[in-house]
Amino acid sequence: MTELSKTGAAVGEPSPSDAPSAFLEVRDLKVHFPTDDGLVKSVDGLSFQLEKGKTLSIVGESGSGKSVTSLAIMGLHRLGARGKNVQMSGEIWLDGKELVGADPDEVRKLRGREMAMIFQDPLSAMHPYYRIGNQIVEAYRVHHDVSKKVARTRAIEMLDRVGIPEPGKRVDSYPHEFSGGMRQRAMIAMALVNNPELLIADEPTTALDVTVQAQILDLIRDLQKEFGSAVVLITHDLGVVAEIADDVLVMYGGRCVERGPVDEIFEQPQHPYTWGLLGSMPRIDRETSDRLIPVKGQPPSLINVPSGCAFHPRCPYADIPKGDVTRTVRPELQQVDGGHFSACHLSQEDRTRIWTEEIAPKL
Amino acid sequence: MTDTKKQEQGPADGADEREVLLKVEGLVKHFPIKKGILQRQVGAVKAVDGIDFEVRRGETLGVVGESGCGKSTMGRVVTRLQDPTGGSIHFDGQDITRLNAAGMRPLRRDIQMIFQDPYGSLNPRHTIGSIVSAPFRLQGVEPEGGVKKEVQRLLELVGLSPEHFNRYPHEFSGGQRQRIGIARALALKPKLVVADEPVSALDVSIQAQVVNLMDDLQQELGLTYVIIAHDLSVVRHVSDRIAVMYLGKIVELADKTSLYESPMHPYTKALMSAVPVPDPKRRGAKSDRILLKGDVPSPISPPSGCRFHTRCWKATEICKTTEPLLLELRPGQQVACHHPESAEDQAPQDTVLLSAAKEAAAGARGTARPATTDPQPKDDQEAPTDK
Repeated sequence: MTELSKTGAAVGEPSPSDAPSAFLEVRDLKVHFPTDDGLVKSVDGLSFQLEKGKTLSIVGESGSGKSVTSLAIMGLHRLGARGKNVQMSGEIWLDGKELVGADPDEVRKLRGREMAMIFQDPLSAMHPYYRIGNQIVEAYRVHHDVSKKVARTRAIEMLDRVGIPEPGKRVDSYPHEFSGGMRQRAMIAMALVNNPELLIADEPTTALDVTVQAQILDLIRDLQKEFGSAVVLITHDLGVVAEIADDVLVMYGGRCVERGPVDEIFEQPQHPYTWGLLGSMPRIDRETSDRLIPVKGQPPSLINVPSGCAFHPRCPYADIPKGDVTRTVRPELQQVDGGHFSACHLSQEDRTRIWTEEIAPKL
Repeated sequence: MTDTKKQEQGPADGADEREVLLKVEGLVKHFPIKKGILQRQVGAVKAVDGIDFEVRRGETLGVVGESGCGKSTMGRVVTRLQDPTGGSIHFDGQDITRLNAAGMRPLRRDIQMIFQDPYGSLNPRHTIGSIVSAPFRLQGVEPEGGVKKEVQRLLELVGLSPEHFNRYPHEFSGGQRQRIGIARALALKPKLVVADEPVSALDVSIQAQVVNLMDDLQQELGLTYVIIAHDLSVVRHVSDRIAVMYLGKIVELADKTSLYESPMHPYTKALMSAVPVPDPKRRGAKSDRILLKGDVPSPISPPSGCRFHTRCWKATEICKTTEPLLLELRPGQQVACHHPESAEDQAPQDTVLLSAAKEAAAGARGTARPATTDPQPKDDQEAPTDK
């Protein structure tokens, strides 16, 4: 079990000095896509830090910028023709190296070796024409100057490690011959073949049944313990978050609205959107009052992000702060305590009162 | 906890007296596998392989199971979108098992379906008005005040604006489209609505909106639901009774409190324990998690006897040879198992564990989590279905 930490990953304001102490540090990351309809601000000023051996969960609705963030860290926005259609700014520091401004060839050397990614849909992330083993061998030989035979042994070893039965035989199977859970395992094997220090998992279990999901989460946890990697887990399932994360970052409309240690996010959430997520969720562990408390309305358009606090059109408490502040001023992340930050105009007293009196009893 | 309406209506009080709306007996659906020039049948995918259940008027029956267990096929056969291979379906007292298309037509207005994919289930070239008014057109129904007025009323009912009448599906978000699908299903005031994964394509906040909407509509219109879903938390929230399916069979059927508080079938227990609980404090208490090894076996050649015996930690010789019947072991709780949890053993003389069960049990005892990551050469059932 990874140890819970109050001072863990997503902590603190970015320090002014250029060499960050954290293993992964993202500073004021912006990823914008120009389109015919206008500029899509998928990620608009995101900062966080992550230490080795820790797990950070990024949660939010579709279109909140979760996946765009992970692709930015992997340097995958600038590849091929798509590279012309993206505007990126800010800094991403991985183990003392800055990635946003780096040469694509430099980033390519890191990709797969220092950082690797597990995608949501293993069927489309693997090449259907190549055998599973050959795809893992390729990933290994890009970074290691070894013979095919050695790489194949390594591939079998990895398949064995992630729990594929009869790896010596299965290494020659094609992706379609594997079941969903096995494909996901094979993809994890491919991602981990170079012992990466940063693993990004984008909805790794969303397409899977709960029984297989439990197997895969256990696997990620065990492998993290073994290799001491840092893990960024993107998900919309708060159950998964509670299970595996050390720290949580809640995204809304391309920005972080709340981040902090997992215990505090579940017990003392400070942002109305986080309350909304918790209230929307049916619980398996207890009988809830018979209605869910959804967030009203629709997620915001990333072309016309609402002015002020992006959440104000859906926020039931937007009228509590005096004047027009929620509609005109964008709230900045403010420290609640320790590593817990929240971007909301409500005063600390109001938030504590609303949470303890109105929200928590209904969950 | 506010304890109102349908909430907590146990099987003992009232629910049993409600009239049976849908009665399914021995339902079988096999998909033939054909090979060669002569297209001879060489086997069959036994998607649904003999299930019995009843749905009473006004209640919600949840159906859960892993992918490939036959729950969606069951929904499609019950609504007669696909023809059953065997068994019988009685709806509102009438045998609809063998009715032809013309015979089914008058009944279509009483049985409606909500589909999983809000993108695939609406014709992109039709306006919302034409989609929602299609049921009136097809059934030749002329509602009071005209079709357009009625459609606009329906749109309002599901939380959309009547002005959306002339728009196209692509102008709507996933949650709104799902509402359109619901409006269409409710247009003719059906008696039974079969919803196949109605919220699984939606974000959690939108999911809650749609769940609440379906709940409200049930109160308002007295609907009967069969809700098929893989998300056990959603099913717990919406259902009165729940059927758990495994490889084409119902393994447990009970009211939701009994099922979630004290599941009797080992598979139900394992399924429940695998759901991540949104409470970080519970992380330490994970020792009660049962991790099943491997995947669901192929429905082309399901295991003999109890279909779960290849993954069950309690399996004995009898499980391999004799198929357990779905019996009511506790009031309102039907279970198909020789060795149920927290109930009298149905085969106490048979105590020798199968080798697969021994392994699983040893793994469970050794660590909090059974050693799933260890290579298990015995796990041949994990082999994919198409080999």
